[in-house]
Amino acid sequence: MTLKTEPITINLGPQHPSTHGVFRFRVTFDGEEITDVEPIFGYLHRGSEKLAEERTYAQVVTLTDRMDYVSSMLSNQAYILAVEKLCGIEPSPRGVWLRMIAAELQRIASHMVAIGFLLQDLGAWGTPLTYAMRERETVLSMFEMLCGARITNSYLRPGGVFMDAPAEFWPTLDNFLDALPDRIDELESYLTGNEIIFARTKGVAVLHPQVAIDASITGPMLRASGVDWDLRHRDPYDYYDRVEFERPLHTAGDNFARYWVRMQEMRECIKIIRQCIEQIEPGLVRPPHDDVPYLVRPPAGDAYAGIEGSKGELGFYLVSDGGISPYRCHVRAPSLINLTLLREMLIGTLMGDLFVSFGSIDLNMGEVDR
Amino acid sequence: MTRSWSGKKLAEAIEAFAPGSTVDSNDTDAWVKPEQVREVCEGLRSRPEFKFDLLVGVTAVDYVDHFEMVYHLTSLPKNAKAVLKAKCGWGREEPAVPSVTPVWRGAELQEREVWDLMGVHFEGHPNLKRIALWEGFPGHPLRKDFATYDQSLVPVEDLK
Amino acid sequence: MSESFLDNSLFRNIYCYLAGDSDGCVSHGYDSGFLPASWEWFAFALTAFVITNLFIQGALGAVLALIWGERRILARFQNRVGPNRWGPLGSLTSVADAIKTMFKEDIVPDQADRFLFNLAPVIMVVPVLMVFAVIPVGIGTVVADINIGLLFVIAITSASGLAIAMAAWASANRIAIFSGLRAVALLVSYEIPMALSLLGVLMITGTLSMTGTIEAQDVPFIIVQPLGFLVFFLAALAEMSRTPFDLTEAESELAAGHLNDYSSMKFGVLFLAEWAATIAGAAIIVTVFLSGWRGFSFIPSHIWFAGKVVAVLFVIVWIRATWPRLRIDQVLALAWKGLFELTMVNLIVTAILTAAMADREPDGSLFSTGELWIMALVNWIVFFPSVYLIGKLLAAKPYDADEDTALSEYPVATEEAALEGAAD
Repeated sequence: MTLKTEPITINLGPQHPSTHGVFRFRVTFDGEEITDVEPIFGYLHRGSEKLAEERTYAQVVTLTDRMDYVSSMLSNQAYILAVEKLCGIEPSPRGVWLRMIAAELQRIASHMVAIGFLLQDLGAWGTPLTYAMRERETVLSMFEMLCGARITNSYLRPGGVFMDAPAEFWPTLDNFLDALPDRIDELESYLTGNEIIFARTKGVAVLHPQVAIDASITGPMLRASGVDWDLRHRDPYDYYDRVEFERPLHTAGDNFARYWVRMQEMRECIKIIRQCIEQIEPGLVRPPHDDVPYLVRPPAGDAYAGIEGSKGELGFYLVSDGGISPYRCHVRAPSLINLTLLREMLIGTLMGDLFVSFGSIDLNMGEVDR
Repeated sequence: MTRSWSGKKLAEAIEAFAPGSTVDSNDTDAWVKPEQVREVCEGLRSRPEFKFDLLVGVTAVDYVDHFEMVYHLTSLPKNAKAVLKAKCGWGREEPAVPSVTPVWRGAELQEREVWDLMGVHFEGHPNLKRIALWEGFPGHPLRKDFATYDQSLVPVEDLK
Repeated sequence: MSESFLDNSLFRNIYCYLAGDSDGCVSHGYDSGFLPASWEWFAFALTAFVITNLFIQGALGAVLALIWGERRILARFQNRVGPNRWGPLGSLTSVADAIKTMFKEDIVPDQADRFLFNLAPVIMVVPVLMVFAVIPVGIGTVVADINIGLLFVIAITSASGLAIAMAAWASANRIAIFSGLRAVALLVSYEIPMALSLLGVLMITGTLSMTGTIEAQDVPFIIVQPLGFLVFFLAALAEMSRTPFDLTEAESELAAGHLNDYSSMKFGVLFLAEWAATIAGAAIIVTVFLSGWRGFSFIPSHIWFAGKVVAVLFVIVWIRATWPRLRIDQVLALAWKGLFELTMVNLIVTAILTAAMADREPDGSLFSTGELWIMALVNWIVFFPSVYLIGKLLAAKPYDADEDTALSEYPVATEEAALEGAAD
């Protein structure tokens, strides 16, 4: 005898503890198994792209902070690179090194958030999260030294950064870099070897590399599917061609691989920051005001600059009409585009995997909706 | 370093397999006819000389007298990138281009976003619904004729 | 008044203090009481009221203490401070929470089945409090020393699944329904290994009475019955829906599960019942496997019991602080493919040993201390290979870094070509 079962449709979100913001699923379940998923966005839409058209180029930096608010330095960097490309500004070397340090620190913080909250979704009641957040806290304190703000930094300016790092920043950074490998080892010994985490994440929501590329998925998600594609290495921006680092790859393409790749990437960030510290030299942090005024007026034209953000390729497409504010500012938001395959990833998995797979994508609603 | 296709070279190469599809080109970009976007994209994706397997981004720009679609393409096997553009919607008529979602799955959400905010209709898109705004929202906010709030400054005397 | 009540020393001590010159008390050596003999009925009612209240209030106080303790311990595990504002070390935080909960608005959803919705908290909390009636918390301190104590415990704890299903269904909330389904699935699966794991203990003690079980533990049964303890502990965690089996209330999946639509005191009662169930579970584990109130006599028996319960609760909180949650299929697989087999092994081994060694000892028990140690030795010899074997069978493939991190087949430009940009 077969039991007659009826599919049940549940609305998860926008108020739900695990939706990483205000995301909404409409999920159809057959028992515990997911048969259909419809993602619904837009609860955090603030019209940043439209707002950018009414602000000067320097003011738009504050909008980029609020897009991906757990990696605002990287959003700053992508935007500033686009502006520099549009205006043809040659940045000052010290400013570039400083923003590379800031970007890599931000990448560590962002990956820590991703891993911590992924484990929270797995039901590890806060312990890994607080361990990860402890490291993020140190990073945020260093940002406070750099620019006075912890989350919405607005640290970068066309041509470099707006102020030099204070003297006490460097010993703090050294201490952090010395301590971090042990802390990552600690976190990893607690997580990578954990039988329950392994059983729950292995082989769930597998992404084939061909499918992932087809869906424009980039960043750690793509590298977890085994595609060696990292813009810092393939299309070096800033001074990434002057530093050596590895790209951690995992071929499984499942939740565990995505978690693992992020874990290993943090170690590479440490290497990059150490090389930046070695190569940085005294100088101006941004070109003199005569060369690069605060109110930049790029010539008419367009420019696209993409960086390897913490979640994938983060790009800004700017169109200028010769005025003081962008004519059009488009954000290539990795958080949104990485969600393309959400439905395919989730169908056939169980309810318990839903938020784990979702968390392994590592998205940020501020960036999805903008 | 990722090699950038020059627009002229790209236009020539496109002409080779889709004659009559290109409109214009410059150093960086190549313009194609909007109705042939999908045909061109299929070629760019599958032909061995291009192999643009990663669609980095789809967006649209409102130039008041026309709309411009912008496709940023990247080829992983050849480590090359190119910019493809298409002008449509001349004279404020409702712009429409063929959807490239059948070519690259990654265009799905981006085209929905362009439709929502810029109002470019994508023919052949599997699920063309609004993404950031709700169904029934009046207008498409990123268009230049979308009325925003009045930002002009009020004199201090008027406030009293 | 039936004199069999007076066999219970806790009851007798209070009752005979009040009505010492009643017949029963006189035969137990009392001569005079506080109340005249004609007020026997009042003494009886008052005694029953006092004892019931003592245990219920004790359980509630323990729940508040546990909530506070768990928050402090979790905070310690997580490099946090934890509640520290209200009362010394924040110990009154739970009291403040309880008072706040009482003053919340009581909401019943329109679609809810009002009767069941209101009934569920009662069904949830009553069985849990009833469990405390049969647990001896010290020498002679037990409300009802019934001769089927273990059976009573197993039977009455099953009601929690019913209550959760009832709360979930009555809420008319789809997320809550998931919680109810999971609760029933867990209950059906884990009740079997739970009951079977106690059978080994039963064979050794030869009694279902809780007091008898404690008296038989010359060697604590955690040593004599390691497999039984392991299975019972895991099954108890599942029945109490504690990490890693906290599927009914999986916060990251179901928000609060069946508690979603409850507010005010109904929520408070449901919540309290869950924590009281945790304490009850720990108390049962202590009674059955950790020799209850027994210990070195220079420490009072009640303190032994409380200390052991706190130790078990600490382990439970420790597990919560460190382990993630299992998925529903893995939880059920563990019950049917792992714990059930382990209990079977335990039963067979214990049955053979019992058949070989059980005889009436001079002190009336089935086994002497020496025989218990022999049994312990055999059981531990069986314990390691069987747990290892079941673990191997159930475990996921171990992590192999080399296998998964090899370069993929997907064609990506070679490094030289990528850096020179000559990939045409």
